[in-house]
Amino acid sequence: MLALLLFSPVISLVFEAIAPAGELFDHLWNTVLTTYIVNSVLLILGVGVLGAILAIPAAWVMANTNIPGKSQLQWLMVLPLAMPSYVIAYIYTDLLEFAGPVQRLLRALTGWESAADYSFPEVRSLGGAIIILALVLYPYLYLLTRTAFLEQSKSQMLASRLLGYSQLESFARVTLPMARPAIITGLALMGMEALGDFATVSYFSVPTLTTAVYDTWLGYGSLNAAAKISAMMLLVVMLLISGEKYSRRKQQLYQKNTGQEQRELVELSGWPKWLALGWCWLLVTLGFLLPSLVLIDYIITYFDTSWNTELFEYGLNSLLVSGSAAAVACFIALFLGVYQRLKNSTFSKIPARLVSTGYAMPGNVLAIGVLIPLTLSDHFINELLISWNQAPVGLIFSGSVITLVFAYVVRFSAVAVGSVESSLGRVSPSLDMASRTLGCNPQEMVRRIHIPLIRKGLLAGLLLVFIESMKELPATLLLRPFNFETLATWVFQYVSDEQLEYAAPAALVLVLVGLIPLIMLNRSLERQEQK
Amino acid sequence: MKTLLSIASAIAISCSSLIAQAAEEVNVYSYRQPFLIEPMLKEFEDQTGVKVNVVFAKKGLEERIEREGKFSPADVVLTSDMISLFDLVDRKLVQPVNSKSINQNIPEHLRDPDNQWYSLTMRVRNIYSSKRTEKPVDINYEDLASRQFKGKICTRSGKHPYNIGLVASMIAHKGEAETKKWLEGVKANLARRPQGNDRAQVKAIKEGVCDVSLGNSYYFGKMMQDDAQKAWADAVYINFPNQSTEGSHVNISGMVMAKYAPNKDNALKLMEYLSSEKAQSIYARDNMEYPVNPKVPVSDTVAAWGKFKADPLPISDISANRTKAQRLLDEVKFDL
Repeated sequence: MLALLLFSPVISLVFEAIAPAGELFDHLWNTVLTTYIVNSVLLILGVGVLGAILAIPAAWVMANTNIPGKSQLQWLMVLPLAMPSYVIAYIYTDLLEFAGPVQRLLRALTGWESAADYSFPEVRSLGGAIIILALVLYPYLYLLTRTAFLEQSKSQMLASRLLGYSQLESFARVTLPMARPAIITGLALMGMEALGDFATVSYFSVPTLTTAVYDTWLGYGSLNAAAKISAMMLLVVMLLISGEKYSRRKQQLYQKNTGQEQRELVELSGWPKWLALGWCWLLVTLGFLLPSLVLIDYIITYFDTSWNTELFEYGLNSLLVSGSAAAVACFIALFLGVYQRLKNSTFSKIPARLVSTGYAMPGNVLAIGVLIPLTLSDHFINELLISWNQAPVGLIFSGSVITLVFAYVVRFSAVAVGSVESSLGRVSPSLDMASRTLGCNPQEMVRRIHIPLIRKGLLAGLLLVFIESMKELPATLLLRPFNFETLATWVFQYVSDEQLEYAAPAALVLVLVGLIPLIMLNRSLERQEQK
Repeated sequence: MKTLLSIASAIAISCSSLIAQAAEEVNVYSYRQPFLIEPMLKEFEDQTGVKVNVVFAKKGLEERIEREGKFSPADVVLTSDMISLFDLVDRKLVQPVNSKSINQNIPEHLRDPDNQWYSLTMRVRNIYSSKRTEKPVDINYEDLASRQFKGKICTRSGKHPYNIGLVASMIAHKGEAETKKWLEGVKANLARRPQGNDRAQVKAIKEGVCDVSLGNSYYFGKMMQDDAQKAWADAVYINFPNQSTEGSHVNISGMVMAKYAPNKDNALKLMEYLSSEKAQSIYARDNMEYPVNPKVPVSDTVAAWGKFKADPLPISDISANRTKAQRLLDEVKFDL
């Protein structure tokens, strides 16, 4: 039931896609669609590969070594997630374009004068989009992989070392495969996010399938053709995910983490230490510190025109809707994860898959998908009231904050589901059996066994949904009630005019509000580690 | 779960009551950014005591209104170009307005004969040219396809509504075949892939990336007001194209009354106000647009650009070609 409710926006769009689109589709196919598809595929591959290169080594270093400043670094590494991609794209374009400080410095140093004298990589390109998206999305992979590394029991590693593998071999044959569900989930999240991205690619004028969806819907006025393309994108995503599940159908990975054993950390020294440190700090700097400094610079320069005391109200609004969405999404993820585990049939896996489909939909199209069931129920309620001779109440669902929370949950619950599933998957079923034998009922078992064991995964999911919702734009813009401004919408009205400078304080607050739960999460992770 | 539900419903109730309770109000769905229309709306609130509620979005409001159907709270919709204005009309989401004062304020060719839509401001699709190489020239849109501009043109995405409007007017004048040839010529002359907004093209001229660009008129005034951007504006001339032929292409921002407007009287009040001299002069002064109300002069900055001849082609004729324009832009792969 729950899954169906959350799946209703997607199913509405699938219905929308069924009717024939006529020759518009042929027209697109004959003109621009192939380029869009190629760009989308390259974007996903590029973001995935670059993200893996950035995140996996860093995750391992953070989980298994004791490099200096680790307690700060491990949460600093996640901060790029708090940076909306439309903000960071704007900032890097500003820095790296012809009139930006980097090229100005270059010209001052070399005596070059015009653009014809030298070649500088174009920021607004597919490559630029890949780098920016990888920079803001790698924390997904980092968080999930690090959690997986942390939850890995030392005994398996020790066993592998005892069996004669070197440290590197053990990493490749034990550590990495054990973390595979988390890595794949992380990559899938990155890929889906990149596929559904519109803000960054349109700012960099790289047309992808999302562009096709927008064009067909808004330019040609055909929601039907747009829904068709979205459905195609969805199909690809589902194929990818089920392909991955199929490939490890025979693997079963469990681990016992008694909580008693002390984690043994690798002592790094010499150049590996500096390499590890440099790598982690590079990510933090490029993904977070540098853009934040630029924002602060904008604030100082444009303070008079950009400061606005209503920012606190916008911040509170953002906090409220995103917080509710995160709580609801995690509750659903836990519920579905446990359901799947208890039933353990092929059918029981379907709800979680269905709920996750919203993630790969472009935000604007999903917003329409959300509108369809909500307005239908609103109409139903009002018609019912009228038939009872009561005054109609108006749009209670689609005109209120509920819409926003619903939209965020539909769009981002995949993140929570992925996080919870990969944690829950590592809890050995023998624990379930033991607890049931000892007389726990299922609810008690979830409360006393599962939740404590997957706390980290659950928290990571909560955090990710929260931050994603804070940054979410297309659905927020279209679905929000009157006079309801969030930080993201406030920032956007200026970004859309390429004048982020005037909204810099809001952008910075948006980032800072995202930091609060990050720090809370980190505290609780640390406390767990100290236990 | 119970607590969550009760929190959610509490939020919902408080919000829907916020929307429903205020005594005198009018609900605006806006494609124009809040910071552009706030001065007028504030003034309207002060003058009438009617509270104005606003939702701003960049895209998709038509879809929202359509789905909300007869329970839609929307009273007035403000658009920033003719494309979305006509989408609203074509989808039958508007109702005719009967107001003498609006009809007096807005000249006939800038409103619907059936009173379904109204223009509020005009903006010219100008051609900016570099002060390095060009004098302010008598240039036509057609010239952008000629060989003399090879590698010298910058523009934003062809599929932006402002460019679609221009291409649609070209189709209305010359037909599809000739427009397609023109688009191919312009594309071949581009200095770089279409990107950024109109302002970014002027900046590119300043940087020497290109010599001419397409851009709306008010951007020029806005850039002159901004300390950081003034240098860009200083590097270019603003030219009014096609002065010796049919005249410059003019796009509009506009307004309609939503079909199921629950606060019809206040909607009418607001629409009348927006066409009045008071509001129109704020449009002219703050936003550097050309007011539709003939009694209101343009701002001093805009007046300094001189008078120009506007293309007299009816707006509805241009809009009728908007889908064809979109198709042509895809056919010549203008943005790729």
